[in-house]
Amino acid sequence: MLALVLAGTLPLHRRYSLGVLRQPLRLLLAIVPAALLFVAWDLAATAAGQWHFDPAQTFSARLWGLPLEEYAFFVVIPLAGILTFEAVTVVISRRRAP
Amino acid sequence: MTSYTAAAAVAVLAAILADLFVLRTALVRGRTWWTAYGIVLVFQLITNGWLTGRGIVRYSGDAILGSGRIVILGDGRIVYAPVEDLAFGFALVLLSCAVWVWAGARTRSSPVPKG
Repeated sequence: MLALVLAGTLPLHRRYSLGVLRQPLRLLLAIVPAALLFVAWDLAATAAGQWHFDPAQTFSARLWGLPLEEYAFFVVIPLAGILTFEAVTVVISRRRAP
Repeated sequence: MTSYTAAAAVAVLAAILADLFVLRTALVRGRTWWTAYGIVLVFQLITNGWLTGRGIVRYSGDAILGSGRIVILGDGRIVYAPVEDLAFGFALVLLSCAVWVWAGARTRSSPVPKG
C-alpha cells in the first residue's frame, strides 16, 4: 500500500520539476516533528486498545508494539502530501501566468 | 467514551491553530491547500479503505463513533474507515505541509507559495 502511494506521487516530482527531494533538511523539518507527535499518538492509542494491527497481515517485526510499516507510514504519507501540495502550487501558478 | 473521536478533533484543531498562529503559513486560507487536500482525500479513502476493509487495522468500538463493525458506509464509517481517520489524516498532512512551507521560507531564498 505504501509502495503504491509512492508510485503515485513520486512521478509528480519529475513531471512538475518540484525539487522537493533536493531539499533534504527542509523535508526532515517538515516530516520528523509531525511524525514524532503522530507516532506518540499511535503508540498511546495502540497501548490503550483503541486500535490494533492484524498480526497475520503485517510484518511480525514490532517496535514498541507497532509493526515496522506503521513507522514508514508516517514518512510516506506526509511526503506524498507535500508532493501533492507542491504539484498543486505549480499547476495554480502556471494557470495564473501562462 | 469515544476517545479516538476526541483526540482526532483536538488534532485537527491543533493543526489549524499551528498553521494560522504558530507557523503563520495560513494554508487553510488558500486555494492551494484545499485543492491538494481534495486530491489527498480521494487517495486516503482508497488506501484507508484497503487497510480497514481488510481488517489490517481494527478499531475498538469503545474508541470510535461507530460500533466497531466493519461496514462500507454508515455506523460511523466512510469506505470502511472510521470517520476519525479522516480527521487524523487531515491533521497529519496539514501539519506536515505547513511546516514544509514554513521551513521553505527559512532554508532557501525562494518565496513562500501563496494559496
